[in-house]
Amino acid sequence: MKRGPDKNGHFGIYGGRYISETLMPAVLELEEAYKKWKEDKEFKEELRFYLQEYTGRPTPLYYAERLTKKLGGAKIYLKREDLCHTGAHKINNTIGQILLARRMGKKRIIAETGAGQHGVATATVAAMFGLECEIYMGSEDIARQKPNVFRMKLLGAKVTPVTSGSRTLKDAMNEALRDWVTNVYNTFYIIGTVAGPHPYPMLVRDFQSVIGKEARSQIKKFTGKLPDLLVACVGGGSNAIGLFHPFLNDKGVRMVGVEAGGHGLQGSYHAASITGGTPGVLHGNKTYLLQDRLGQITETHSISAGLDYPGVGPEHAWLHDTGRVEYDTITDKEALGGFKTLTLTEGIIPALESSHAIAYAMKVAPKMKNSEIMIVNLSGRGDKDLETVSKAFKFKL
Amino acid sequence: MAKKIIDKKSPGRLEALFNRLKSESRHALITFISAGDPDMATTEEIIYRLEESGADVIELGIPFSDPMADGPTIQASYERALKKGATPGGVLKLVRNVRKKSQVPVVLFGYYNPILAYGLERFAKNAHSSGVDGVLVVDLPPEEAGELKTALDAVGIDLIFLLTPTSDTSRMERVARVGSGFIYFVSLTGVTGARTALSTKIPSYVKKARRHTGLPVGVGFGISTPAQAQEVCRSADGVVVGSAIINIIAKTRGKKKVLDAVGDFVSSLKKGVDRA
Repeated sequence: MKRGPDKNGHFGIYGGRYISETLMPAVLELEEAYKKWKEDKEFKEELRFYLQEYTGRPTPLYYAERLTKKLGGAKIYLKREDLCHTGAHKINNTIGQILLARRMGKKRIIAETGAGQHGVATATVAAMFGLECEIYMGSEDIARQKPNVFRMKLLGAKVTPVTSGSRTLKDAMNEALRDWVTNVYNTFYIIGTVAGPHPYPMLVRDFQSVIGKEARSQIKKFTGKLPDLLVACVGGGSNAIGLFHPFLNDKGVRMVGVEAGGHGLQGSYHAASITGGTPGVLHGNKTYLLQDRLGQITETHSISAGLDYPGVGPEHAWLHDTGRVEYDTITDKEALGGFKTLTLTEGIIPALESSHAIAYAMKVAPKMKNSEIMIVNLSGRGDKDLETVSKAFKFKL
Repeated sequence: MAKKIIDKKSPGRLEALFNRLKSESRHALITFISAGDPDMATTEEIIYRLEESGADVIELGIPFSDPMADGPTIQASYERALKKGATPGGVLKLVRNVRKKSQVPVVLFGYYNPILAYGLERFAKNAHSSGVDGVLVVDLPPEEAGELKTALDAVGIDLIFLLTPTSDTSRMERVARVGSGFIYFVSLTGVTGARTALSTKIPSYVKKARRHTGLPVGVGFGISTPAQAQEVCRSADGVVVGSAIINIIAKTRGKKKVLDAVGDFVSSLKKGVDRA
């Protein structure tokens, strides 16, 4: 189960390196650097230090007792990635990648962002190490995630609006790739999810696996056993793979990745790449994509900017095909329900992305036994979504 | 490795062209336009005008929704073409029509996903029967190109690869092993689009590439004037001009004016190329 990728970055038929020749030397150089440094004692110690002292790890695994009682089924534990510095799991990866960038002598950092969480996490570590930083963000996302745009700017990053295509995450990624191909000699591209050309899906997974490693030992300590179910939202899928990966060899642990169902899967207003898509090639990897029958990428919709992406990490595509992980969807409306319920029962305001995982947990927990245990990845906090949520609930802030 | 499975008695149109130009000590003018911008019928007429005005090879872009390797000019051009309903099947039909009147070498230039969705073997078969001579897929490095290469080899279509300023010896060897037709050398690190200045390193890039390949070397990206085309052809076997032509198509109103403006511009490029 816990295998892959192969040496060319393939997870089964997925993954790989579908990029322009200009970038091939850059991804090969990154792969070599990662291979070398990931085994290095000093690198590992530095990573551990920043994750602990700067990010605030380990994050708590919190037993959501009131939510559990309200739903009347499985015991629900929340992995509190929302308590990481900057408010989401994204920083686990940006710290790892910027430590690599420094060892590779790169002076300039670029990144794409959807909800702005990865952009903020990148701008944060760039500020901490004094590196120049430019973030590409779709103009549509800039409009709906203003607080994060402001944070990135305060952190000294240049935020460049992307006005091509659907003006969301996929177009931001196109533009970041165009920047990288232009400034490849001095620039390090910090990809925010488990997608892109090899070695990114592997590298980001490894940096995010700290989530699952902690959760696995925490749950064993608290309950003396492994959980019955893991639940996480999936856009590109970095928080989900981070939680799932360390459990892949634990046969009794079921896992569900929750995709953005938007207005429902009947039409095109969703962002559920695995549940509603077909295999294809985009942004450097082969994976499930939302595309028309001619191979043009279609526009997506989710109330959550972080899930509004027409692709998904190639390892998820493979875990889906092998049946090890199940994928399901939650609509915008259900996610808002999850948002509201968690806020009122536990006093935790979740990100709209994570609200998809909460909403799924609310659906399935009542059908499970009291003795069963579920871990839900609370990947981020919801402060950035207040404007979107207030509009949806029609109240004035 | 690059052996054709079919038995070719005479060289293909691309090979014949470069052989002829070499014997005449001349260089190839390779012109790029997006298929279907502003519409397929106009593209067909533009192709004839390109050829009449001196283009030696026609490169046709297969429109894609997410052209990561392209600058704003070609992005916008693909968007216009897609709005008018351009499809890979439509592009092949266009080439089939062109072949009724012209034997100009045609190279399709695109991204992998639309070709994958069309079906690799079906694409190769129909490209062959339409009269396509070469295919270049920007986001398909040799490592991932095996399946398409097999399909195209079977029908005798060249799969053309890129080399770039970042290519070291091992990349050049790798590309030289699988590439056929010609080597497309990208003149700069960056996306497509007209630039004011030309890289001074082009002659050294071309020289380095020739150490690894016997194929003709064409240079493209960022080349937009007759003087630049002339400069490039001092070292290269050919030059590719794209965005500068597309800019003319985009800003000129009326079909006749478009054809005349494109024709005038390409004639001036040809003079530059022939002066080299």
